[in-house]
Formats: sequence, structure tokens, C-alpha cells
Amino acid sequence: MTLKEPGYRLQSRISAAARSLKTKLLQYRHSPLSLVLCIITVGAAAITSVLLLFIIIYILIKGIPHLSPELFSPHYTTENNSLLPALINTVSMTLISLLFAVPIGIGAAVYMTEYAHRGNKLVGIVRMAAETLSGIPSIVYGLFGYLFFVVALKWGYSLIAGACTLAIMILPLIMRTTEEALLSVPDSYREGSFGLGAGRLRTVIKIVLPAAVPGILSGVILSIGRIVGETAALIYTAGTFTEICTGLTQSGRTLSVHMYSLSREGLYIGQAYATAVVLLLLVVGINALSSFIAGRISRRSGDDKH
Amino acid sequence: MRQTGNSGPLHCQILKGAVKAIIIMKKQVKKTGRLKENSAMLIFLICACIFIIALLLIIVFIFSGGAPAISQIGLGNFLFGKEWRPENDIYGLLPMITGSILVTLGAIIAGVPLGLLTSIFMSRFCPKKLYRVLHPFLELLAGIPSVVYGFFGLVVMVPFIRDTFGGSGFSLLTASLLLGIMILPTVIGVSEAAISAVPQEVYYGALALGSSHEKSVFTAVLPAAKSGVAAAVVLGIGRAVGETMAVIMVAGNQTRMPTGLLNGISTLTGNIVMEMGYAADLHRQALIATAAVLFAFILLINLVFALIKRRSRT
Repeated sequence: MTLKEPGYRLQSRISAAARSLKTKLLQYRHSPLSLVLCIITVGAAAITSVLLLFIIIYILIKGIPHLSPELFSPHYTTENNSLLPALINTVSMTLISLLFAVPIGIGAAVYMTEYAHRGNKLVGIVRMAAETLSGIPSIVYGLFGYLFFVVALKWGYSLIAGACTLAIMILPLIMRTTEEALLSVPDSYREGSFGLGAGRLRTVIKIVLPAAVPGILSGVILSIGRIVGETAALIYTAGTFTEICTGLTQSGRTLSVHMYSLSREGLYIGQAYATAVVLLLLVVGINALSSFIAGRISRRSGDDKH
Repeated sequence: MRQTGNSGPLHCQILKGAVKAIIIMKKQVKKTGRLKENSAMLIFLICACIFIIALLLIIVFIFSGGAPAISQIGLGNFLFGKEWRPENDIYGLLPMITGSILVTLGAIIAGVPLGLLTSIFMSRFCPKKLYRVLHPFLELLAGIPSVVYGFFGLVVMVPFIRDTFGGSGFSLLTASLLLGIMILPTVIGVSEAAISAVPQEVYYGALALGSSHEKSVFTAVLPAAKSGVAAAVVLGIGRAVGETMAVIMVAGNQTRMPTGLLNGISTLTGNIVMEMGYAADLHRQALIATAAVLFAFILLINLVFALIKRRSRT
């Protein structure tokens, strides 16, 4: 009876922990260097976590009190600094960018994994191009978008110019995640489909792609996060107009750009905090969704093995 | 008999005709099928080629846009000129190049030791329960927009530096520390994967030779993960060089040679954003040429990264 009492269990647990800590410390008596290394490592991890946690908590605590209904009014004025137009522009910017990037990225990944033969030289070149593209800083994308879409194609500062720039920026990410998803589809699926007389195209569209959807989806969501957080590529392509975009050729700022101009002006720090909260929650939520989906896939493929 | 004899060939004829029709139809079906297959393959091929086209377009537009400025100013004057005064048509990029290099160096000094030790903790010291919380947390942090980091730097770090060390607070030190924090998730992610990939035999071998847990990790496992850790550092450098928004919010953006830790600086990326809005003619071309220089920097870093990756594979 006494063994099952919670107080006793806690006590025994504490004493066991103390004993193990004592033996550990005794071990360290022989090599102080090990103790120092241990303390440094644990300390660094603690500093990192606390530092990053502090950033998030600080912004949440300072920002949430400033979240007011005026911030979500449909029209931007210098008094209310409404973020709703920017939020809506962010959504339309995301949708248009994905409209361009997702089919191209998936198509390229399908070519790379399903069609190209081994040792195909084009595959190597495309992969190198994708790797280079993923390393280019966003301001270079922004400048390219300005020179090509805004000036050379005469689109002006517009939603479409910004969306095309972002589409090129996220292409490598979508291709890489789609490729990984396609490669994780077992070859037996393809062999079964070929064995039933289906052609390559039918196999890809009806068998391989549906099986790879969760992986592709997690990549798409990841790139949504990247679009929402992007600023430097958009300032000189989509411009900083503060109203809701009603057409493709209209200029409009996204939430990140809005946040940047708010904090640069320095007059509306409260609103900037609130915008930071919205942006932070949006991006962290999107990324959490992506890793949740990716986690479910790996659990499912783990189940398949058993 | 006659009728059947007559109908026999007729039957045969019909059969023959039917067979022929089926063969022709089959051929047609095959042809359209192949047409469909081929056109689908062509579409996928075009999708893959868009990557190459996009990269070429970027290279052509950035480099051709900057070339007139470089030829007018002279490559040597442009890269090594110590003054950037657009109002006098003097364009020397050295202040920005030094600024970028110093900020990146500062970020590496501030971020890499911390990130490396954290990744060692994550892969070899961390209890499983804690890992299940810490790992997703750090992954989420990699996605925080740089504007948010920049804003945090502006409202917290700039006043802190101003109050403790003096100066305006917009300084090389602030930018370095902020970038150091920003590259943490990248460095931790890549180097943790590298350290976890080291075979357990290395660790157990060191233990068997009598070293403690900590010593085996630091003297046996860590050297074995050397190239992965190097890749993490290079990736962090790439992120720090290319970072724009967070830096301009805390660095002060003075386009003169960096003079000290507590004085403002300007980076390659930051200067483009700051001045592109109102630049014209030669000034604009000089900014595009700045992007070309930045691009060349990044290509160099990617090359180093690829070499490290190849070496670690063999």
C-alpha cells in the first residue's frame, strides 16, 4: 500500500536522481576537463534556446496588447495603419506565385526522376542550376525582377511582377521536395502499373504522383512560408502601395513589406509590434503545418515497413 | 452448300476486313498514345529547362545591367575605391565589401561556436524527451522572417548596445550579433545531421579506450564529422552574406569605410535596397554592378560548399 502512495514514489524518484547525479559527479572528479566540456555544451544549448525563446516571447508580449480592431479595417490610412490590405495582398501574391511555380517545379521533378535516363547530362545541368538558384540572395532576385519584369517587360511595379520573381525563387525548393517525395514512392508501384499495361504518363499521373502528394504538399507549404516572409525581393518588384490589389498589374505591399516600412518610419512602433505578431504566427503556423505533414508521412512509411 | 461456299469467302472477307480495321485502329491508338506520351515528356522536359533558362536570364540581366558601370568606372576603381559618393559620381565598392565581410565574420564568431555546441548537445547529450521538443522548435525558428529578426534587433538590441557600450547603437557589433542569432538554426540543423551521421563505432571505440563520454564526443566524433560541420559553416556564411533586411535595420548604413565595432557600416545587400529607390543613370548601374559582385561572391561560396560536399562523399 505504502509503495503506491504518490508521495513515496516522488521521494524515491528524487533520491534515485540524486544518487545518479552523485555517481556522475564522482566520475567527473577524475577528469575535470570532461566536466568543463559538459558544462560548456549544456550551457550553449541553454543559451541558444533561451535566446530564441526570448525573441518570440518578447515580440508576443509586446505585440498582443496592440492587436486592435482598427488594425484590421479594410482601408489603410496613416491613422489606423491597417494591416488587412497587406494581409490580403500576401494571400493573392502567394496564390499567384504558387500557380506558376508548383506546376513547373513538379513537372521538372517528374522529368528528373521518372523520365530522364541515368547519366543524362541535362539532369546534371538542371540540378546545378537549381542549386545555384537556391543560393542566390533574395535582393539579387529582387533586382532581377525589377530589371526583367518591371523594366524590360514594362509591367511596372505590380502584383504579377512580384509573383513571377517569387515563383523563380521558390522553384528549387518545390523541385527538391517533390523529387524526394517521388523517389520515396516504392518502385513496385511503378512495376505493378507497367505490368497492368499502363504507359509511363498514366503511371506517373495515376500512380506515382498521388502516392507522393503528402511530400509535395509539405514542400509547397514550406515555400508558402518563404513567400510570406520575403521582403527584399518584393520592394522593387511589387512596390509598396498600401491598398488591396484589385488587378494583376496593380502595385501592392505584402505583410513583410508592410512590417518593414512601419518599423522604418519609426512612428508606429505599437502597430509594428502587432504586425510582427501576425507575421510571426502566420509563418510559424505554416512551418508547423509543413513539418506536421512531413512527420505523418515518415510515420506512415515507417508503418509500411513493419 | 453453294450458299455456304459463297458465304465462306464473304465471311472471311468480313473477318479480314475487321482484322485489318482493328490493326489500323490499334496502330492509330498506338500513335496517339505515343503522341500523348511524347508531348507529356516534352512538357516535363520544358519544365526542367525553365530552371536553366531562369538562371541564364538572371545572369544575363544582372551582369549586362552592371557592365556599363564597371566599364565606365573601371573594375579596379569600382572594387577597390574607398569612397562611395553618388552625388559626385564616385563609386568605390570597398566600404561595402569590407562591411559585408566584417559582418559575416562577426556573425560567424558569434553564431558558429554557439550553434556547433548546441548541435553537439542535440545529437549526443540531449535526453530523448527534450529532443522531441527542442528539434521542432529550432526547425520552426529557421522560418522566422528576417524582417521580424530585424525588428527585434531594432527595438531591443540597438538600445541595449547604445546603453552598454555607447555610440548610436546602429553598429557593426549589433549587426554581427543579430546575424549570429539568425544563422543559428541553419548551422545547428546541418551540423547536427552531420554529427548524428557519424557511426556509433567511432564513439564506442573512444569509450573503450578509456575516455569519458564528453572526451569521446569532442575528440573522436566531432573530428569525424569535420566536413559536415564545415558545410554548416559555409551555409551559414552564405546566409549571412545574402541577408538584407535584418542588416539594414540595425547596421546604420553609412557608406564609408568601417572604422570600429561601435560605428555604423553598410553592406553590399543593404546598400542596394537603401539606394535603389531613388538611383538613376550611372548610380543605378553601379548598384546593379554591386548585385553582380554579390552574385559572384555567392557563386564562390556555393562552389566551396559543393567541393566540401564532394570531398565528404568520397
